[in-house]
Amino acid sequence: MSLLKDAIISALGEDVRFRENYQHPASVVFCTVPKAKFTEAAKAMKRSYALLAAEWATEETPWFGIFACYRWGSEYLIVKTVTTMDDPAFPTLTKKYLPAYRFERQMNSLMGVVPEGHPDLRPWLKFEDWPQDAYPLRKSFDASKPMPRVEGEYRWSRAEGEGVYEIPVGPVHAGIIEPGHFRFQAVGEQIINLEERLGYVHKGIEKRFESMRWEDGFRLAGRVSGDTTVAHSLAYCMALESMSGFVPPERACWLRALFLERERIANHLGDIGAICNDAAFAFMLYQLMRLKEGILRTNSELFGHRFIMDRIIPGGVAVDIDVKGKEKILSELKWLEKEFEKLVTIYDENPSLEDRVRGTGVLLPEKARELCAVGIVARASGMNLDCRIFNPFTPYDQHDRIEMDVPVLVTGDVHARTWVRIHEVRESTRIIRWLLDNMPDGNINGTIEPPSSEKAGFAAVEGWRGEIIYWLQSGPEGEINRCMVRDPSSVNWLGLEQSIPGNIVPDFPLCNKSFNQSYSGHDL
Amino acid sequence: MIRILRQIFTTGIVTEDVLGQEEAHIKVVGDRLEEAVKKRFRGSLAIRQVDAGSCNGCELEIHALNNSIYNCERYGIHFTASPRFADMLLVTGPVTRNMEIALRRTYDATPAPKLVVAVGDCGCNSGIFGETYASLGGIDKVIPVDAYISGCPPTPVALLNGILRAIEGK
Ligand code: SF4
Repeated sequence: MSLLKDAIISALGEDVRFRENYQHPASVVFCTVPKAKFTEAAKAMKRSYALLAAEWATEETPWFGIFACYRWGSEYLIVKTVTTMDDPAFPTLTKKYLPAYRFERQMNSLMGVVPEGHPDLRPWLKFEDWPQDAYPLRKSFDASKPMPRVEGEYRWSRAEGEGVYEIPVGPVHAGIIEPGHFRFQAVGEQIINLEERLGYVHKGIEKRFESMRWEDGFRLAGRVSGDTTVAHSLAYCMALESMSGFVPPERACWLRALFLERERIANHLGDIGAICNDAAFAFMLYQLMRLKEGILRTNSELFGHRFIMDRIIPGGVAVDIDVKGKEKILSELKWLEKEFEKLVTIYDENPSLEDRVRGTGVLLPEKARELCAVGIVARASGMNLDCRIFNPFTPYDQHDRIEMDVPVLVTGDVHARTWVRIHEVRESTRIIRWLLDNMPDGNINGTIEPPSSEKAGFAAVEGWRGEIIYWLQSGPEGEINRCMVRDPSSVNWLGLEQSIPGNIVPDFPLCNKSFNQSYSGHDL
Repeated sequence: MIRILRQIFTTGIVTEDVLGQEEAHIKVVGDRLEEAVKKRFRGSLAIRQVDAGSCNGCELEIHALNNSIYNCERYGIHFTASPRFADMLLVTGPVTRNMEIALRRTYDATPAPKLVVAVGDCGCNSGIFGETYASLGGIDKVIPVDAYISGCPPTPVALLNGILRAIEGK
């Protein structure tokens, strides 16, 4: 029985309706409520300690569907309400859930639905020079045409007073990094406010999905955020498979887990190095990049791509591993472990580094919870979340065999976010060994039928940054009507904004690196 | 400290002469690159990287050029923070509508010879993102391009090759 389901029934009684055979997998509860009860449903969820995982809109002509997805432990519950196209308003959830703040701005900008009572409806992702009435996610919007530029201005939040000055940074930054704009208000060295402005790499991905065939979408998903290509394509494939009622062969699932863990190690190594580099300890960056390069080369040798891109496909995976490949990875792990542990000791014993990372960029546990943070950011701020444990696919569901040990720290500073990564590298190394030693034989993929009309699929996968959610919906003709993508960055960017005030300006790059959120995954 | 020193000495120099397991012709790339940089840029080629809308996969590989294995600095290639000091723009794409103006400005701020290299399938022709309301297409839809490096993403070796092509072409 689902606790969240009970909670919403006892709060809304007759008003909540459950739709059978629509949402897949069936473990995800799907219900509809009247528009007037949308906030009440949120209240009931809040009382049950659920977190808001995502909020999005669809067009199901002549309606707009408004969706909120809640998570508590291993349960997911989706609440839907509808609003007419003539009156696209719906009650805001911002009073109950902070992350709704950005979700709803985005829905307002791209779908043109109006969250009533939202405190700040400045456009998000949409820039001031877009035509006012351009709502790309609406069906009537012709995505193939370029849009004219119009006059407009973005209203930045301001801080005033004696000695307050402003530093605008970006969108083109100093390093080899994605574009985004940050505006600091500072007094002396101290930052009193940070405002993020993102959307520069908005490529119209969600709209693009709607023009694709089901069997091709995984490639686009694998390019939502290139550094997370494995986890994104996996989440897409799993959502699609759930809709088609297809269960991939067991070996395929194990290989997927292998790719996922290799992606995690590679990225964490790079991140730990980059964090140290921003604390003026370049030694670690060069050492760790050397280890990362080793992993990427093995990927290329065994799986044909340095980032294992396009190797997870609907129905399974595209490459297998043989005995020689297994031996190769096992000996690589031995080398990696030895080298990595030496570096961890150096990190740990370096007081000047410690000085920079401890107490810097603190995201307090209560803030992280309020923001419904996910992934490493959440785990460094006391939240015990990980889809591999709470929403596992095979083989992660064999809890007593795999014995996952996910690190959770409470200080919420740069050090904690680094340390969580260090732990995870160790843990992923152990998991990969276990996967290779126990991997079942069999096929690595199967043929999957496209889903029938009017269905929805859902998947949540723990990428290296954190939980990635895909929600797919088929239209009346069985086509892709909507593909909602929620990268961990969509929520965690708010965490960065909250952790900065009180820090000094020169520490910003360090804090930013410790979050290392994706611009592309956020901007879509 | 002693640990750091030990690690440095036991690691030794990992930079690869022949760029690893790649085919034999790659061996020449490095030498030719160094030669070309010496001749045309007095031994120092400054690159400004611009992400005009990529998925960040290309950035990872550009980053790798700086690691100790590829170590592009040995050819005199280094990445600079400001377009004002740059000889070359290494641009990943597709160019999003929201980045178009920033890309143009960066281009305008770059002094001659302003070599522009389009990186990745997206930078070359917009890749999987196509030309839409949000994505304007490959880099050459917005600024003139001197060389193209395809791949999704291109490997570090392919990147070095492409940079070489760009400076030899001028
Ligand atoms: S070429 Fe590939 S890796 Fe590069 S930006 Fe495009 S999709 Fe990403």
